[in-house]
Amino acid sequence: MDSVRTRRALRVVGRSISHRDFEEKVRGEMAYADDARMPGMLHGRVVRSAVPCATIRSIDTSVARALPGVRAVLTSDDVPFNAISEAVTGFGMDQITMPVLAGSSVRYQGEPVAIVAAETPQIAARAAECVLVDYEDLPGVFDPWEALDPAAPSVHPDGNLLVAWWIRTGDAAAALAGAPVVVEGTYRSQHVDHAYLEPEGGMAWIDGDGVLTMRVSTQVVEHVREVARIVGLAQSRVRVIGSYMGGGFGGKEDMTVEPYLALLALHTRRPVKMIWSRQESLLARPKRHPFTMTYRTGATREGQIVAQQVDIVGDAGAYPLLSPRVLFAAAVCAAGPYRVPNVDVNSRAVLTNNVPTSAFRGFGAMQVTLGYESQMDRLAEAVGMSPQEVRRLNYLREGDVLPTGETLPTYPALDEVTRAAVEAMGSGPETGDPRHRVGRGFATNMQPYGRTVFFADHASAWVGYEPDGSVTVRAGVTDLGGGQAASLAQIAAEVLGAEPDRVSVHIGDTSLTPSAGGTFATRQLYMSGNAVLQTATELRDAVTPVAAELLGAAAGDLLVFAEGGVGVEGTDRRVTLTELVSACEDSGVDLARLSTFRPPRGEFDTRTGRGKTFPDYTFGTHAVDVDVDLDTGRVRILRYVACHDVGRAINPQRVEGQIQGGAVQGIGYALSEEIVIEEGNNQSSLFADYLIPTAADVPDVETIVLEVAEGKGPFGARGIGEAPIGPTAAAVANAIAAATGIRLTQLPFTPERVLEALRSAGEGGV
Amino acid sequence: MTQKQRLVFELNGTPVDVWAFPYQTLLDVLREEAGSSEVKYGCGEGVCGTCTVLLDDESVNSCLLLAPQAAGRRVTTVRGLGTDGELHPLQVAFLEYGGSQCGFCTPGMLLAAVEFVRAADTPSRDDIREAISGNLCRCTGYSKILDAIESYVASRAEGEGRDG
Repeated sequence: MDSVRTRRALRVVGRSISHRDFEEKVRGEMAYADDARMPGMLHGRVVRSAVPCATIRSIDTSVARALPGVRAVLTSDDVPFNAISEAVTGFGMDQITMPVLAGSSVRYQGEPVAIVAAETPQIAARAAECVLVDYEDLPGVFDPWEALDPAAPSVHPDGNLLVAWWIRTGDAAAALAGAPVVVEGTYRSQHVDHAYLEPEGGMAWIDGDGVLTMRVSTQVVEHVREVARIVGLAQSRVRVIGSYMGGGFGGKEDMTVEPYLALLALHTRRPVKMIWSRQESLLARPKRHPFTMTYRTGATREGQIVAQQVDIVGDAGAYPLLSPRVLFAAAVCAAGPYRVPNVDVNSRAVLTNNVPTSAFRGFGAMQVTLGYESQMDRLAEAVGMSPQEVRRLNYLREGDVLPTGETLPTYPALDEVTRAAVEAMGSGPETGDPRHRVGRGFATNMQPYGRTVFFADHASAWVGYEPDGSVTVRAGVTDLGGGQAASLAQIAAEVLGAEPDRVSVHIGDTSLTPSAGGTFATRQLYMSGNAVLQTATELRDAVTPVAAELLGAAAGDLLVFAEGGVGVEGTDRRVTLTELVSACEDSGVDLARLSTFRPPRGEFDTRTGRGKTFPDYTFGTHAVDVDVDLDTGRVRILRYVACHDVGRAINPQRVEGQIQGGAVQGIGYALSEEIVIEEGNNQSSLFADYLIPTAADVPDVETIVLEVAEGKGPFGARGIGEAPIGPTAAAVANAIAAATGIRLTQLPFTPERVLEALRSAGEGGV
Repeated sequence: MTQKQRLVFELNGTPVDVWAFPYQTLLDVLREEAGSSEVKYGCGEGVCGTCTVLLDDESVNSCLLLAPQAAGRRVTTVRGLGTDGELHPLQVAFLEYGGSQCGFCTPGMLLAAVEFVRAADTPSRDDIREAISGNLCRCTGYSKILDAIESYVASRAEGEGRDG
């Protein structure tokens, strides 16, 4: 029967199908982390350091313990293995661990020092206030450049340089020395908070067989391994269930409440819930890295780039978390989507006594966009070309070699995305107001999807037909709200012929779903999408001979799995999936498969700065028109077009949603959002002080979804989760420059900053 | 010592009779005493709007109200929008247009929208923007939410046109 073929016709993939999750959300029925409770449940709370840098002389828990209703007050002494550690770099450079609860010292404001559990949230809050910590302040260091001074206080014993990466190709210094045109610029970004609307939280309990179980809002249920080590249980005796998240954006990639819930549940032997307040989330949760990026770009008089020299310093805060990887992604992408023969990138993460920084949508690759795309506009000006012409001349092309020495894995549709975005903008902006200036700018970016290949990433999936022909998928993915589960349902439905609403996807449960490896790095469509595609295809191949026999198919016949059945193409012969499943049961053919997707690995040499890095990239261009008020400095976005090549849109509506949401998050980053930290003290721990865009602050983001170049995801898809936040800030900076002639280099471009720049240039104010 | 007090109000058309401390917020009482987990905590400062409910017919941030202020009044949450298990047409529009991503803002957003469309006959897109600007969404960039509300308003106008 091997000559009977099955067709990969797309009937479900590529449609904007509404999944169950949407309906539960509009009904208000979706059970997020805080929406479950158990009888006898206690409420947990973290006691956080009030100061950024101090020795802890003593912690007095007696007052807290004595409060009626308090069931546990735990400090570092109560943590069996008091270290959160993960192989952060992948190269064995990981020396610094982060305590679950601070012991002898605290290194940032908001660091967890103790935890309490009590009968009500009010008592828990009161108890947390009654834990008396005696601090002896130490001089801290709050600026990464100061921290690099050997005389600066050391945040951890071995100096403040956490990691230094370099990427080198050719001889950038020589090429710059000989380049007729050199443009230079230093760009700075700020601390930014994810500000997902659902704060961190979860609930833990001891379940059957003594399994410590927790249901948490997390991107990574695989943290179960760290939790097991911290509390000293076998990994098989800890279970993490990931609830549907009310947003994550990278901020729920590191652990949040898990170790605290685990300790309190084990200590009290009762269910414990812990929900962090917005204010403690703003105060103490990891932020996006502020970068200082110094660029020197050399080019010919005709605008051909010959060299790019980039120095990046990122403020890692007090603990490593994912800083090494963020600065690695920044290094790899620092030269941008351009052919540059001579590249020299230095990228350093520096420890300070500021709040730690870690993963945030874009992951280092987004910060550098402001650098390389501001440089491109400066270069265009220097050589007298248009921004589009100079980019066109330099964009990466198929088969080009990246600065790491690796060949670009797929076709980069850079011309296509830029042309589409710029053409959609039409004629330029106008203003009749003499106190306003308008201008247009655009920016192009490259954003990796998938983890760096030296991590040997993999994802598993279980797919099975039920007796009635419906389909069950089990995959350890967690759902951020980006349609992670929905896309798997569409892929399984596509391959197995089930109606999409008869596919159920069970996600994010370390005891019941095969590991998918976390929802981050724009990896789940690529990894779990491919895992489900592979597993479902194996299952379909296994049942195909049974279907062929049922249908009396002959060699050369084409079997089509669709609409709840299997048919022979071009005939009316058809069996339902129920009939097929029944026949499979009779003939002893298994109706479920478990399979693992393992993309090719690669090696990177940290000494030479060359090797294999990311599986592939998503490319996009955003174009904006801005209005600058010369009297107030306020920048208003008049129009916004965003175009990305996604290879294949599994669900076009969700793709558009990712692009629109990413761009608007980018507008917040560009214009208003900043966590202000003064000498380690967070000045933005109220939501009222942290300005994320409202509906009235932003225009509609007009999206153009291109399907030009096949990517490495299922059906040729490219990841789109992170890419759309990348170009915004640079596009806005370029538009402001076009409007006013002023090049802003320090984010965010607040009215104060814009006005100050206008005044310095003799343009603004009264 | 503060004692719990009896609090009676109407929740989605059904009487609720609970005991609550006078310092508890309406949000807290709705979630913890009345089983309304569809009302979400987002900031506790009245900034994000995720805890929006209708008090009588007016949208309020339930995190900013003390529960006794709801005594004797009608409280509507997202679960009270539909009739007989059917979704409210605005909910259907949110589904159709992809007005949710993570969905955490959706219950509050829907209530802000319902209040607005009740009062506005033929609002412009900018009117809608203004109306939902007290409800933050971190995922969608707002466009699909605006599309959903706009389509509802348009289809309502069409329906009225036909009827009239």
